[in-house]
Amino acid sequence: MSVKYSQDHEWVKADGDVCTIGISAHAAEQLGDVVFVELPDTGKTFAKGDDMAVVESVKAASDVYAPISGEIVEVNSAIVDEPAKVNEDPQGAAWFVKIKMSNASELDALMDEAAYKDFAGQS
Amino acid sequence: MSMNNQGRPTTPTSGAGEAMETNVKTFTGNKALMIEEALSFEVGDLSGSGVDLPELSGQYDRLGGVNRNETIGLPGLSEPEAMRHFVRLSQKNYAIDMGPFPLGSCTMKHNPRLNEKVARLPGFADLHPLAPESAAQGALELIDTLAFWLKELTGMPAVAMSPKAGAHGELCGMMAIKAALEARGEADRRVRVLAPESAHGTNPATAVQCGFKVEAIPGDGTGRVDLEALKEKLGDDVAGIMVTNPNTCGLFERDIRAIADAVHDAGGYFYCDGANFNAIAGKVKPGDLGVDAMHINLHKTFSTPHGGGGPGAGPTVLSEALAPFAPLPYVSCEDGKYSLVETLHHAEAEDGGDTLGRLTAFHGQMGMFVRALSYMMSHGRDGLKQASEDAVLNANYVLARLKSEMTPSFEGPCMHEALFDDRFLKDTGVETIDFAKAMIDEGYHPMTMYFPLVVHGAMLIEPTESESKRELDLFCDALLSLAKRAKAGETESFKAAPVYAPRRRLDETAAARHPVLRWTPPQTAQAAE
Ligand SMILES: Cc1ncc(COP(=O)(O)O)c(C=O)c1O
Repeated sequence: MSVKYSQDHEWVKADGDVCTIGISAHAAEQLGDVVFVELPDTGKTFAKGDDMAVVESVKAASDVYAPISGEIVEVNSAIVDEPAKVNEDPQGAAWFVKIKMSNASELDALMDEAAYKDFAGQS
Repeated sequence: MSMNNQGRPTTPTSGAGEAMETNVKTFTGNKALMIEEALSFEVGDLSGSGVDLPELSGQYDRLGGVNRNETIGLPGLSEPEAMRHFVRLSQKNYAIDMGPFPLGSCTMKHNPRLNEKVARLPGFADLHPLAPESAAQGALELIDTLAFWLKELTGMPAVAMSPKAGAHGELCGMMAIKAALEARGEADRRVRVLAPESAHGTNPATAVQCGFKVEAIPGDGTGRVDLEALKEKLGDDVAGIMVTNPNTCGLFERDIRAIADAVHDAGGYFYCDGANFNAIAGKVKPGDLGVDAMHINLHKTFSTPHGGGGPGAGPTVLSEALAPFAPLPYVSCEDGKYSLVETLHHAEAEDGGDTLGRLTAFHGQMGMFVRALSYMMSHGRDGLKQASEDAVLNANYVLARLKSEMTPSFEGPCMHEALFDDRFLKDTGVETIDFAKAMIDEGYHPMTMYFPLVVHGAMLIEPTESESKRELDLFCDALLSLAKRAKAGETESFKAAPVYAPRRRLDETAAARHPVLRWTPPQTAQAAE
């Protein structure tokens, strides 16, 4: 499945009922150099819109919201050790978490690549 | 004639050295009066200490066996070395006594020398916080008098004097709100606190510290709170709101009364961040606006030196509804005799049994109290009002003069600070940070940058009432010239700035990613590598 985006600049890529989630390249660029990442524990469950992780740049700390509801099945601790990865490859190697979706229909509300580009261009 | 044979050249050799000017490497690393100063740890050792204490003998200690047995590692400097160390460091520092400090929201105004003189009176300066009340009557009277005028200026019935910074005042106010909710039996239900997106970071941080969940109130597009959006967010789970007025965009919240009413109707409290009180002191009484609690940054509105993290004082005024929960200690006066109410026991006897308890070890920031009262008394009611008016006038002058080259974020006049964003730098490759660094080369402390978060690449300028028109004109001319240079494509010189500062551009990312939190002696550091 192709990548989808939330209005809060998270990206979601579904593979079966497990989604990989990260922050968009646009968000990473706007944040500036990322210096700190905090990820949730595996096994935790989040409802869509909950604070799920924290990403901090020199400028500011930002919450990362769960773009879909579900349970954390894996986290990318490499970006905790090396926050710079978030700037290097935000939509690839620097994914944040994998969530087992509890409601796949939430994906429909997310934007596709083109819609997000439009959206990010304005914000 | 009586001839003097000591003739020496007394005019500069023409042309010589001008080209060399910037690339002469001195042996010491010093540049004339700009001395390369090492850390005191690096230059000193205990054998050279300026203090010579006799060996302890025949004494016993009460440390119960937890005595330190390795060396303490303090630097040892003789008195002149210690003096020079700090004077040299201070000469590298920009200070309000050197030039304008245009930091928006931080209100760096002139600190009148009179305040300093009064604060150094031995009766205030040498008083110990544990001195018996009978020996501290004057100091207690001063606290009480300052408290009176703070209540008078804000139109509020009570004030907690002990908070030691704006953020600490916020904590005091939000704890009072929490205590009031507990007394109403609603603390478990009312868990949400609303604050605008433009809020100073301390607002949400304080609310979270008090166990609340923070939600953002959207803006209305003119830099102010969107009243309708706020109303939609209110409910019976809202503990209160935290709104700054004038706000961090330098604008007065015109709907402030309606905002207060809406919050009160929903059963919540109104915390007003009073950091910007210097724009309205003597003009508007927050008590008339429906405020329940508000801190006053004495170190901003009422001068008193600050910057570099302190010292501060954040007395917090409280409404009738929150007054019973005011913290200890407070000053009470009976038959002309002042006393400190410091214990719960005493408070109960004084009818203050609902107090939220003690916030600080002692009674507040005494040195700041003296300065603030001195400032108030020397200005008088009309002088305070004029200071507020001049602060607003100066900010509007800056706004009007810079408008031609820079981009104000919002329409219309401002209050005490002018907010610009980085639209005027679009496509120049120069960013807010580069612009700010270039200001350092021009001899200015930069303005507040990247705050508030509601506009892109914010530059928040607060000239304060202290600056003369001549000083403001030079400042504006310098900024206009920088803006023009940025637009003319001198991007590289901006990226290189500052070139004249003792240190060039610092690597903030590396500092944040790999902070060195503890100094280690160079030998050990080498050995560890
Ligand atoms: C709007 C605002 N609120 C709160 C504070 C916090 O005050 P302080 O720095 O004294 O803790 C500041 C100052 O930095 C401020 O500008």
